[in-house]
Amino acid sequence: MTFLKLDSLRKHYGAVAALDGVELCVASGSRTAIVGPSGCGKTTLLRLIAGFDAPDAGAILLDGEVMADAHGQVPAHLRNIGIVAQDGCLFPHLSVADNIGFGLKTDREARHARAAELMEMVGLDQAMLQRKPDQLSGGQQQRVALARALARKPRLMLLDEPFSALDTGLRVATRKAVADVLSAAGITTILVTHDQQEALAFADQLAVMRAGRLAQVGTPREVYARPVDAATASFLGEAIVLPARVRGAVADSALGALPVEAGDFEGDASILLRPEQISVQRAQGASLPANGTIGDVAFGGSTCDTQVTLDGAPSLSFRLDIPNRDMLLVGDRVAISVSGKAHVFR
Amino acid sequence: MSSTADTRLMTAPRYRLPAASSWTMTIAVLVALLALLPLGFVLWAAIATGWDTAVLLIFRSRVAELMVDTILLVLLTIPICTILAVTLAWLTERTDLPGARLWSWLCVAPLAVPAFVHSYAWVGLWPGIHGLGAGVAISVVAYFPFLYLPVSAAFRMLDPALEDQAASLGLAPAAVLRRVVLPQLRLAICGGALLIGLHLLAEYGLYAMIRFDTFTTAIIDQFQSTYNGVAAYMLALVLVACCFVLLGLEAGLRGRRRYARLGPGVARHIRVTHLGRWTYPLLVIPVATAAFSLGIPALTLGHWLVAGGADIWRMDEIGLALGQTLVICLIGGFATTAAAVPIAWLSVRRANRSSRFLEGCYYLASSMPGVVVALALVTVTVRVLLPFYQTVATIVLAYVIMFLPRALVSLRSSIAQVPVELEQAAASLGRSPGNALWSTTVRLAAPGAAAGVALSSLGIMNELTATQMLAPNGTRTLAMAFWALSGEIDYAGAAPYAVLMVLFSLPLTWLLHHQSKKIAGR
Ligand SMILES: Nc1ncnc2c1ncn2[C@@H]1O[C@H](COP(=O)(O)OP(=O)(O)OP(=O)(O)O)[C@@H](O)[C@H]1O
Ligand SMILES: [Mg+2]
Repeated sequence: MTFLKLDSLRKHYGAVAALDGVELCVASGSRTAIVGPSGCGKTTLLRLIAGFDAPDAGAILLDGEVMADAHGQVPAHLRNIGIVAQDGCLFPHLSVADNIGFGLKTDREARHARAAELMEMVGLDQAMLQRKPDQLSGGQQQRVALARALARKPRLMLLDEPFSALDTGLRVATRKAVADVLSAAGITTILVTHDQQEALAFADQLAVMRAGRLAQVGTPREVYARPVDAATASFLGEAIVLPARVRGAVADSALGALPVEAGDFEGDASILLRPEQISVQRAQGASLPANGTIGDVAFGGSTCDTQVTLDGAPSLSFRLDIPNRDMLLVGDRVAISVSGKAHVFR
Repeated sequence: MSSTADTRLMTAPRYRLPAASSWTMTIAVLVALLALLPLGFVLWAAIATGWDTAVLLIFRSRVAELMVDTILLVLLTIPICTILAVTLAWLTERTDLPGARLWSWLCVAPLAVPAFVHSYAWVGLWPGIHGLGAGVAISVVAYFPFLYLPVSAAFRMLDPALEDQAASLGLAPAAVLRRVVLPQLRLAICGGALLIGLHLLAEYGLYAMIRFDTFTTAIIDQFQSTYNGVAAYMLALVLVACCFVLLGLEAGLRGRRRYARLGPGVARHIRVTHLGRWTYPLLVIPVATAAFSLGIPALTLGHWLVAGGADIWRMDEIGLALGQTLVICLIGGFATTAAAVPIAWLSVRRANRSSRFLEGCYYLASSMPGVVVALALVTVTVRVLLPFYQTVATIVLAYVIMFLPRALVSLRSSIAQVPVELEQAAASLGRSPGNALWSTTVRLAAPGAAAGVALSSLGIMNELTATQMLAPNGTRTLAMAFWALSGEIDYAGAAPYAVLMVLFSLPLTWLLHHQSKKIAGR
């Protein structure tokens, strides 16, 4: 069931088109991640959904109600949409308890009881309730911001790069904690990030944004395996893109004939392989003929970040993490094999 | 071999950098001691007077009357100024009020008109005007910019993301204003209100012109009538007590709140409130304020200039006064700001009991009326340091004592806006502590320092009493000439001097306005 629907949203700042026709459907109770490079309009999109800015064109529907369209918009304070910003945005003049209880219209006692309950939910110690925001670490501030947004049981939760200020270990832990809290509360969530790992791990639905548009929307697996173009592919991870001639279910490329999804397409195209599809072994005479050469090797512990050049196309080389047991060195001749299907860009 | 290398490492000379704060503290204490000279003088005079005489002079009905008048003046003026300044700052900074830029400039411009010229103008328009009502009205129009400036600057510095956040938590715009915006303006309001309160206690010309008695006017009357200043010293003692009360109130209300923005990120563009059909009703507020604070002086001065014709422009006298005034203003302005830097930095970065105490000393020192400061310096130079009697050094010291808080308020709030983390980041990039301070906080607080120079020069240009008593022989500033002529009821002859004071103060107020905009990067 569609809970949030965005219909060709547009927003211009002067000559800059921050949003250039965004279409998106978000199912009730689901988690959507929006990824994209810096400046592609992610924050702008969230601000429109939250009601901080009005779209120039298009409509926003939440649970069947029109939030914004050409005729006007519902102000932010009547939408009941929670938002957690990149820097937490806690009120510096209020204690943690007052921050969390800020949006509650109950009496003081009930507010503090609810604050204590939420502190537990986000995994913070109750002793922090009386502190000021500047006496908390970045990760703690983020959790307080989440608790504050959760306090009013929002219909929709918007997270704008909430973990980007945290270091890697804490980021993974906080992300998991937040995901658990949100699933437990059954709140529909939109997460904005430019970290593809985070997006892939967090989302039921992944949207890739570029220059004010959603380039592709789908499940994380689908978008990862069958991206619409090379830019989307490389945004979500290492991508090996080769020119090929596609005929039926086979693509002829520098790596030989590779199986592809049989489609109606025939002719020259680019195909995509992910590094995990490729294996490299030392060439062994006629039984394992060489079709590539090792370039420079960067030692990285259990694996080596290795450059591989194809014989058929000397201008084409790519980097792979190769398990260290093979002890490949610069100039070694190797046999490259591919498992699984290649993906054809049209 | 390796062990010798180790020992050499151990014994290599280690440079111990002097802690920046201890030097700063030393300078701040020295300046404070100089600033406290007049207060020490009053205390000395009180002790020399003896207990019985003191009690006799303080607990009498005259002092009670003055007390009531002074308290009423402060209690009426400050709240009115606060409401007016916050309303105007909100209208000019946060709404689509037509001509907001112009209005915001016109809200600062009254600072260019000396307080005694305001009351000269009101008396010119309504000759019979006098008493508490007149005192409050003229004080409001003369002093509200002291609140408007910091409050409007604070409005610009507020992080609009916090307001968005509050809206997403279900607060209607009015509630956002009350629960998020106003609490964050508190520091600015406290600072500005204190400054106004101190001016109310120390101003002479404004109230003398409309025959409203405050402690300050009474002290000067006492001096002029009897050269034995004992009664005046006792009045000054009570006045000092009033300042103690104001300082205590401000310190209590200000609290120890962190002012710098939390977390990373640059403030987003501020959204404005659309006034819609409220536009024209609300436009009345800035129009009326400008009419009273600028229209009335313009009207009166215009009247006298037209009535006086060309005869009142005695160019030789006027030119001389102008040159002397400008030189004194510039020297005094820079000296005052330089003297305020150490304590401003300490009060933000090393906010502890001793820095708060020091800061209190400066406020206390500056709240001494000009006449007491001047008399103290006259007495000290005549008795102890005769070569300094009636020199530029002495008069500049008087200005530093009197106007240091002006520089301090603007320096302190702009230093407080610079997160201490920047200083630490610079230090981590290999800058020495002094260099780190210079390349981050001092650079970013430069607009505050410029505002400090402008504000204190402005005060010096319009200063009258101390200048009269301390100026080197033959000096006649614009303010001295104006007061002398208007004292002789030569209102027309005084007008050119007032016009010049206003004209020369105007660029300073423009600078002030511009700099406070620049703090917010606009
Ligand atoms: N208030 C504004 N005025 C002018 N341009 C703006 C404004 N806000 C955003 N933009 C522009 O709109 C575009 C999208 O900005 P947005 O903040 O949405 O990017 P983002 O995807 O969130 O980037 P990041 O990942 O760096 O946070 C950018 O080119 C930005 O410069
Ligand atoms: Mg962003």
